[in-house]
Order: sequence, then C-alpha cells, then structure tokens
Amino acid sequence: MNKYYLLAEDISKKFGRRLIFNGLNFEYNHNGIYGIAGINGSGKSTLIKIIAGIISPSSGKVIHKLDDKVIEEEKLHNYVGFVAPYLIMYEEFSAWENLTHISKIRGIEFNKELFNSLLNDFLLIKRKNDLVKTYSSGMKQRLKFIFALMHSPKILLMDEPTSNLDDEGKETVYRIVNREGKNKIIVIASNERTDLDMCSTKIELEDYKK
Amino acid sequence: MAWKIFLFILLTFVLIAGISFPIVENPKVWYQFPLIPGLKENAKIIFFHVPSAWLAVIGFLMSTIYSIKYLRKKNLDDDAKSYSAAQLGLIFCILATITGAVWAKFAWGSFWSWDPRQTSIFALLLIYGAWFALRSSIESEDKRATLSAVYSIIAFVTVPFFVFIMPRIMDGLHPGSADDKVTPGGGPIVDFRMNDSMLVIFFLSLIGFTILYYWMWKIGYKSLLYKEKLNKKLIRG
Amino acid sequence: MKPYALFKKDYHSELRTRYAINSLTMFIIVALSVILFSIGNEKVPQNLTGGLLWVVIFFSAMSGLSRAFVSEEERGTSLILHLIAAPTTIFNGKLLFNLILVFLMNIVITILYSALFEEFIIRNFLLFFLTFILSNIGLAIASTIIAAIISKAGAKGTLYPVLSFPILLPLILISVMLTSYSMIGASFADAKMGLAVLVSYDVIMLTVSYMLFDFIWKD
Repeated sequence: MNKYYLLAEDISKKFGRRLIFNGLNFEYNHNGIYGIAGINGSGKSTLIKIIAGIISPSSGKVIHKLDDKVIEEEKLHNYVGFVAPYLIMYEEFSAWENLTHISKIRGIEFNKELFNSLLNDFLLIKRKNDLVKTYSSGMKQRLKFIFALMHSPKILLMDEPTSNLDDEGKETVYRIVNREGKNKIIVIASNERTDLDMCSTKIELEDYKK
Repeated sequence: MAWKIFLFILLTFVLIAGISFPIVENPKVWYQFPLIPGLKENAKIIFFHVPSAWLAVIGFLMSTIYSIKYLRKKNLDDDAKSYSAAQLGLIFCILATITGAVWAKFAWGSFWSWDPRQTSIFALLLIYGAWFALRSSIESEDKRATLSAVYSIIAFVTVPFFVFIMPRIMDGLHPGSADDKVTPGGGPIVDFRMNDSMLVIFFLSLIGFTILYYWMWKIGYKSLLYKEKLNKKLIRG
Repeated sequence: MKPYALFKKDYHSELRTRYAINSLTMFIIVALSVILFSIGNEKVPQNLTGGLLWVVIFFSAMSGLSRAFVSEEERGTSLILHLIAAPTTIFNGKLLFNLILVFLMNIVITILYSALFEEFIIRNFLLFFLTFILSNIGLAIASTIIAAIISKAGAKGTLYPVLSFPILLPLILISVMLTSYSMIGASFADAKMGLAVLVSYDVIMLTVSYMLFDFIWKD
C-alpha cells in the first residue's frame, strides 16, 4: 500500500498584479476525497493546475511525497491523473489511438486489459475505434477519465468532473471516485453540491482572497 | 541635482569640442585633432556615432540582464526595467544607424552597402522590432514578460556572431574590418589612431552619453511603474 | 524513446490532417515559380542563385515549421502533453519532428532547384553537403524554439517570420557565403572558419533552447 502525502505551503497566485488567492495551506496525508469550493472565477482551476504542476504558484510551494520520498517536478506527471473540462483529447485519432500514443509518450507499458476494462467502465467500448471528433461532449468527458486513470496514478485531480455528463455518466463517475478514493488521494474542484458531498474536507477559496 | 548640472556642462563641452576643434596634419596645440588617413574631417562623427552604437548595445544588454532577472524572480518591476532599457536602446540604435548611414554617404559613397557592421546594426534593429512586435501581441502581463524575456535571451546569444565573427570572416569597409589595411586582422573595437586630446573627448562623450542614458532609463521605468499603479487605482475606483 | 513516441504521434497526426505538408509543398512550388517568372529568360549570375536558394529555404521553413507547437496550442491539446511528459521530452520530440521536416523540405528544394537553375552548379560537393547538414540542424533548432514562443503568444502566423529572421540571420549569411564558396569550388581551408561558426551556432542555439524551454512551456 502506497502512502501519498500532499502538502501546500503558503501558496499564492497572482496573474499580472491581480491576486487570485493568498496564504493557502493544506495537508493531505490520508487517502480519501478532498474538495475545493468557490464561486466562478475564484481560482479553483488555477489551484488544481498548481497542484498538478502545470503552472507554478507566485509564491510558496506544493510538495508531493510518495512513501516519504519527495517526487521531483520533472517526474510528477507520472503520478498525477487529471480531469478537466478544458482538457482536449486529440480529435483526429480514435479513443484507442489516443490511448496507444499517450501510453507510448508516457513510456508506460501498453496495458490492453486495463484499457479495455476502463473503456468498458465508462461505456465507450463500442465506440473505441471511432474518431474522437465524432463523440458527443459527454463521451469526450468520459474519455478523459480513462486518460486520467490509464497509468494508475497515485493522486487524482478533478476539475468539475461531472460537467457534460448525463445521470448514468455521473453515477459511473461517483462509483469510480468512491472506489479509487479508498487507495489514493482525490482532489475535486467543483460547484456541484453532489460532487462536493463526497468530500471529507473542503477548502473555500473565498477565505483566501486577502 | 548637482550631477545633472555636471552632465549638462559635460555634454555641452563634448558637443562644442567635438564639432569645432580643428583637424590638422600635425597637431601642436592641445585642441587640435590629428588627421587620420581615410577618415579626414569625417572622423568627428565618432563623438556621436560611437556613443549611440554603444548605447544601442548597452540598452540591449541591460534589457537582457533584467529579462534574466525576471525569469529568476518573476517580479514585474524587472520587466518594466527591461522594457524601458529596450525602448532607449531602440532610439539609440536608430540614431546610430542614421548617423552611420550619413557618414557612409560621404566616406564610402553610398548610404548603405551591407558592410558587416551595417548588417549587424540592421540585425539589432530587427531584433528590437521583433521584440516590440512580440510584446504588443500578448495580452497577459505575465506571459508578455516571460516570453519577451525568453526571446531577448535567445536574440542576445546571436549578438557575438554579428559583433565578433561576421566582421572577421566577411570583407568590409568599416574601420577595423578584416581587410582594413591599416589594422590588419580587424577586431570588434576600432583602433582609431587618435591623439590624446581626441581620446579624452571621445571618452568624455562616451561617459556623458552613458550617464544621460542611465538617467533616461530611470525616468522611463519609474514612469512605467507609476502608470501601472495609476491604472490599478482607476480600475478599483 | 519517449521523444520518438511523441514524434510518431505527430507524424500520425500529420498524416491525418496534413497540416504542415500541404502548405509546405505549395509554398515551395509558389516560391520557386515566382523566382522563375521574375527571371524569365535572363541569365542569372552564378553567385545569385546560391543566395536565392536560401531565400526559398527560409520562407518555406517559415510557412511550415511553426506547426509543431502552434497546432497543439490552437487545438488546446498542449495540456495533455503537460500531463504526460517532461518539458525536455516535449522539446526533443518536437525538435525531432522539425528536423525531419527540414531535411525532407530542403532535400526537395535543392533537387528541384538544381534541376530548374542551370547556373546552380556545385563544384565542391562535400563542402555543400556539410553546409547543408549543419545549417539544416541550426534552422530546425531555432525554428522549434521560436515556434514554442509564438504558440503561446497571440498573433500566431504573422509573427513567426518576424521573430525568426533576426535569430536566423547569422545562419543564413554564413550559409549563403559557404554555398557560394562551394559553387566556386573553394577548398576546405577557406571554408574552415565558416563551418566552425555554423557548428558553434548549432551548439549555442541548442543549449539556450534547452535552458529556456521550461519557462516558455510552463505558463
């Protein structure tokens, strides 16, 4: 059993001279589901991107540790799974081609059984050879979950995970989030009440504006 | 205040001395300049042309240094300093190009002849132009600062090719080029064969223009910072 | 290995979308025919043909090489790359793609060019070959890092040649010089300095690109 540890130390972010949030501290050292709440434009996506290491904070730092060893920034992408509405898959490829190319660029083994079971979980198995271009927005959203889980990440970061999904899709997501939450840290940034109800603790971004 | 008066006197002296001191074949009095073969009366341009070219390079250098500083600390004030330095650098670059071209008309017979040094100052102009074009195309302040800093560093590493290498491997007309018969071998700094009084005025002019540049640069970036503060206040109401 | 996988992804994507190849091919044809029309039946001085070759190469490069990064940024897929690979991997992969594209493009241009211009005769073939390889490498490196910059900036297409030209100018000047050397059949001793400059340009550009790519890539 891996022990993952996520620490945010006094992080703040400014865009230009505009402050997004300031003096943000949190520490997650148990597996479970954690939430980030805030109104539109409060910086939820910014925070989740900072945790994922896609953008750097203006001050402070985020530390990821696995089994008490700090994960280097260069290798962080191997441990993080990420879902967001603004994540866009390669539309000129099919779902299957997306997964093959991505697993090769990641340098992980091409795990046919895992991919097939994920495609099965997210109800895409029948359309796996169709171009992503032809998918509906809900199907694209489900494909992103497969993308996030394909390398068995140690931490899952989700920005509005249930956007564009129908009830059946939401059910699937909740089922899988609850299953995965038992053995990894999941951070969810969302406005949806039902999303946030799964979380054990919540960060209200409005508290960090000054 | 005192240094501003000093600067005024210094530049006035350089201006008067540079233009009015006569050039004679065998200088006897302190205010006479020697005759340099090939340059003649035209030699006086060095008091104004060389400082402009020098400041064009200094502006670029400072802009790059503050770019590196910005990339390290991500402080937008450094970006303002870099921007102000580049603005002045561009002005002096244009001045150096024009004074050089006018001089070339009388010395070499045409305004422009793609001498390696003309090529390099042209490249510097292009770099400045591209840099400002890049800045104006980016909306977000952080991105603008980061990308223009990166670009100015990339552009900066091409400078040695223009300044040190091109003049040596390509034939040129400029004093100090590879096939300059008086100083064979050429080099980045021109050996002007000046006498002492000419050298003193030349260096006084360099010092004067550099102080002027520094003063202008300080006013430039401070006004940029004030402008930003004012904008912020106006937006917040 | 990972950069090669990224290259294969880009290659596969290029086969599907024909983003770069189509515009490149058309550009080569257009540029060459404009030169041919403007020359007409005149006889071109030999040293001019060497220079014109690099004009065609520069502008063709400007039409196609920015695709590597701009296509990812335009379609919003660069976030995926952020999530699956380290910055050096990304840069290596894109550089590999551009290197192969530059070599293909320039081989086609040179072959077409020597078929169409009778005055374009290379007397020192080995020298031309070395110049060709070294300057192609430099062209690919510089255009990749500039493409990364403009992909993050607002005005994409128009800015690319503007930003690239000053950076590529030393490379182009030396290449033109070395090409004319190889056309008059100069010996290696004469061209030694020029070749050394090309090598140092390639090395310096590569080093700077690796140092700065992280800053561009992480917004």
